[in-house]
Parts: sequence; structure tokens; C-alpha cells
Amino acid sequence: MLLTFIIETFFLLGSIGFIWGLRLLSSPDTARKGNIYAGVGMALAIIASLIMPFGEEVPNNYAWIMVALLIGTVIGYYSAVKVAMTSMPQMVSIFNGLGGACAVVLGLVDVLHYYDGTKVVDTLGFLTVLLTLLIGGVAFTGSIFAYAKLEDLVDDKKVTLPKHSVINMIMLVGLIVLGAYILIQGEAIGMEAAFLFLIISLIYGVSFVAPIGGADMPVVISLLNSFSGLSGAAAGILFDSQFMVVGGILVGASGTILTVMMCNAMNRSIWNVLIGGFGGTSAIGATATGGTVKEISLNDAAIQLYYSQSVIIVPGYGLAVAQAQKICKEIDDQLSANGVEVKYAIHPVAGRMPGHMNVLLAEADVPYPKLLDLDEANSALASADVAIIVGANDVVNPAAENDPGSPIYGMPVLKVWTAKSVIVMKRSMRSGYAGIENPLFFHERTKMLFGDAKDVLGKLNSEIKSL
Amino acid sequence: MENFYAFFLDNLLIIYLLAFTVILGFEIIAKVPTVLHTPLMSGSNAISGVVVIGAIILVRLTDSSDYLTLSLGFAGIILGMINAAGGFVVTDRMLEMFKKKKK
Repeated sequence: MLLTFIIETFFLLGSIGFIWGLRLLSSPDTARKGNIYAGVGMALAIIASLIMPFGEEVPNNYAWIMVALLIGTVIGYYSAVKVAMTSMPQMVSIFNGLGGACAVVLGLVDVLHYYDGTKVVDTLGFLTVLLTLLIGGVAFTGSIFAYAKLEDLVDDKKVTLPKHSVINMIMLVGLIVLGAYILIQGEAIGMEAAFLFLIISLIYGVSFVAPIGGADMPVVISLLNSFSGLSGAAAGILFDSQFMVVGGILVGASGTILTVMMCNAMNRSIWNVLIGGFGGTSAIGATATGGTVKEISLNDAAIQLYYSQSVIIVPGYGLAVAQAQKICKEIDDQLSANGVEVKYAIHPVAGRMPGHMNVLLAEADVPYPKLLDLDEANSALASADVAIIVGANDVVNPAAENDPGSPIYGMPVLKVWTAKSVIVMKRSMRSGYAGIENPLFFHERTKMLFGDAKDVLGKLNSEIKSL
Repeated sequence: MENFYAFFLDNLLIIYLLAFTVILGFEIIAKVPTVLHTPLMSGSNAISGVVVIGAIILVRLTDSSDYLTLSLGFAGIILGMINAAGGFVVTDRMLEMFKKKKK
């Protein structure tokens, strides 16, 4: 009795650790503590699950458990310590996929035991098993495939089949029908049907991620995160564990909220992202924009920046790819020393997962109060002297505001053209991820600075130094 | 339908728990600023490692000669634990960067 009491208290404290931890994560000052609370919550729950009594003698198999826990911890720890901040989306995807895979394993064992008669499961219980297989399976293969996409191991265009959205719909309907059939038939149709259900779920995970790419990646990663949580919650119902349900649902909720935020940031519905696949396929240039492109010399750019009142830097993924955050920060330091007010305007989908750019800048020691979100940035831009754009494109495209024919029309963008002058740093005149023309480059207040972001920023930095 | 009513009534507490956790989850997370979206995501990702609890219970209950289930459970624990341990460590690494600039 006492033991059960202690165990259940551990699980309760573990759940509170999760909730309180997530709450502390909402402020940069307390976030680290919050993560530790959540981690302690998990540790308590793991200890509790190791010693919880079952009311009868059980085999325990502690040797198996300990070895597995050790292997998992070591692999997890080392990959987490070694990963580069630019690769954070890949890391989160992989972890997500593993969580999903674990849920699949749990569901699979229940299927095996149901059919060999060692476990009695009612219809609703078996529905939960199927949901665990479906959500966990999609989270598993979807995340691994998303990882492959982020690593550029697969080409977005090559994996998108003609009529891909129709194929996905057919698969989804097929899963629902097959699932219903399995539930109605019960043990009568045998284990193969459940295996088929799992296999289709796994294929569906790949197929649903396949056509989504490029700028839509943050949405997919958030959604898969939500799925891995929900699969954990479903498995929690199987194991009658309130703790797993609480943890899983919290993750499901956070993933869902982030998904919605990312969709809003692009002015698209979740349905549109999942069905449309605009990242790779419908990349048509809008109206061909005429006009001339004006270049600016490094020296002029340096002078302009150095003697202005306020400068807003708009970093895009190009900056991260070039690993140029640190030089960016050096320029910031020099300008700030001369009394220039330097801020950073961060679009919600800058980078390849929600908030990715903030992490990259934090890594370069940029203090977070300097990072402005979309609304703050847009009001600051209107009074800024210079907006300097480093490796961003679609998120500063005025076509989103004034060209109803553009594929990104209606997407909230950073209105850099309201600043007194604009410097665009860019590798070439190529269009961005979405393949859309950007009239900003031809804007009367825009001047271009061509070259590799790191290279150009480095030269700019030495120009400013010599002033 | 009778089945459904019975299920609902039998599991009333867990249904309450589900409903309140969903609301609580939305409430807590809606307030997280953009700056912290990535750590929030990797942190919550680590929490989805709760599946490891299920895997541990599964292995503890499995007959010591049932190698198929043992192996599956063993793999499950490894997978879940990578997710949980890796997730918390990587989140801490990120948040450390946010912390040290605070003066």
C-alpha cells in the first residue's frame, strides 16, 4: 500500500513537473529551469515505472530494461551534445520519429497479444491500439522522411507523384475503412489485417510529407511533433497510465498550437499546406517585374550603416546556411558602439522550424531583447534608417501585400520597404524557396549587395572597422 | 451504442483528465513568445518520450522466455529513451545560450 502510494505520488509529481516546466518555458529568464523541471518529472516517472508493484509476481526482466535505458540515454545524450544549432530541425525530427516508433512497438505488442489470446481487449481498447499504430506510424516514417528532406537527401520534386493529394486521400480513406472493418470483425479476420493497417500507416507517413517542402517545413515539423505526442497519449490509454496521457496530450497541444501559428504566419490553412504542396510544385513566378536593379558598393554600404540612427537586420535562412551569424553580431557591435540602434526583425517562418532563427542568433550571443517579432518589427521598420536583408527573400516580398496574383498574396511579411533605405544581401538574382519573383529588388529604395552572405558581411565588417 | 455509454461512464475520470489537459496545454503554450518556439518544441518533444514508461512496464510484465516481446520492448525502451534524454539535453543546450546573455 505504502509503495503504491509512493509510486503514484511520483507519477503525480512527474505530471506536475511537465506542466510547470512548460509554463516556465514561456519566458527566456525561467525557460532553462522549466526544462529541468520537465526532465526531473520524466526521471521520477521512469523510477516509478521501474519499481511499481503489480499486485502479483512479475518477471521484471530488469537486465533487459537497464541495458536498454543505458543505450538510449548514451545515444540520446551524445547526439544532443554534438548536434549543430543549424541542424536543430533535423534533430527534432529524428527524436520525434523515434518517439513515434516506440509507440508503434507498444501498439504492435498489443496486436500480437490480442491475436494469440494472451490479452483481452474490447472494441474501444482495440480502437486505441489502431490509433496508436496509425498516429505513431505516421509520426515515425513522416519524421524520418522530413529529416531526409531537411538533410537534402531527397529532392522534393522527385518524390511528389502526379495527383499526390488524391493518392493521400485514398490512403487515408482506406485506413479508416480497414480500421473499421478490423474493429467490426474482431478476432475473426486474423492478425494480417492489423499488420496491413500498420504498413499502410507507415507508407502514409512518407506519402503525406513527400509533397510538402521548402518554406512549409516548419509546419510539417510542428505537426509531426503533435502526432508523436498524441501517439504517446494513445499508448498511455493502452497502459492505463494517466502520466503518459498527460505528457502526450501536452505535447499534442503544443504541436497543434505551433502548427496553427506557422500556418497563420503564412496565411494558409493547415488543409492547404497538407494538400497544396506549394513548397515544391506550384512555384510559378508572379507578374514579371521589370525595372532596374541598383547595386551598392561595400564602402557606401558601410558608411550608410555607420552613420544612421537605427538599423534593422532581417536574417533569413541564407544567413544560417552561410554560418554568418557571428560576423553579423560583430557588425552589430561596431554599429552599436557608434550609437546606432541595431535590432533584428525575425519572421515566424525564418529558418526551418518555428523559432529557429532566434536560436541561431542566440548562439552568436545576440541578446534576445534585440530580436523583434513580426508586429514589433513592422512598426520599428517604418522609422528605421536602413533595413539590411541577409539571405531572406519570400518573407520580405511586397507582392504578398499588393499583388493578388502572387502565390504568397496575403502572407504576413516584414515591410522592409517602409524603411528609409533597404540593402539586400543576396547570392544572385535567383528567386527564393518558393520560386517567386521579388519586386523588392527593383524597389526605388533598394540597393543590392551581391555575394555569399558570410563573405560580404566579412568585408562589410572590415570596411566599417576602417571608417 | 450501449457499449459506448458504458465506456464513457467507466472512464469518466480519464475523460475529464483528457479534456482538462487539452485546455491546460493550449493555455500554457499559447503564451510562449516566438523567441522560445524552438526550445519549446524540442522540450515538448522530449516529453513525448513518455512512451518509454509504457515500454518499461511492458518489459516488466513480459514472460522471460518470450523473446519476441522482450526484443520489441527492449527496442521500444531504447527508442523512447533516446527521444527523452536527447530532447532534454538539447533543449538545455539551447536555453543555456539564451541565459548567458542576460545581464
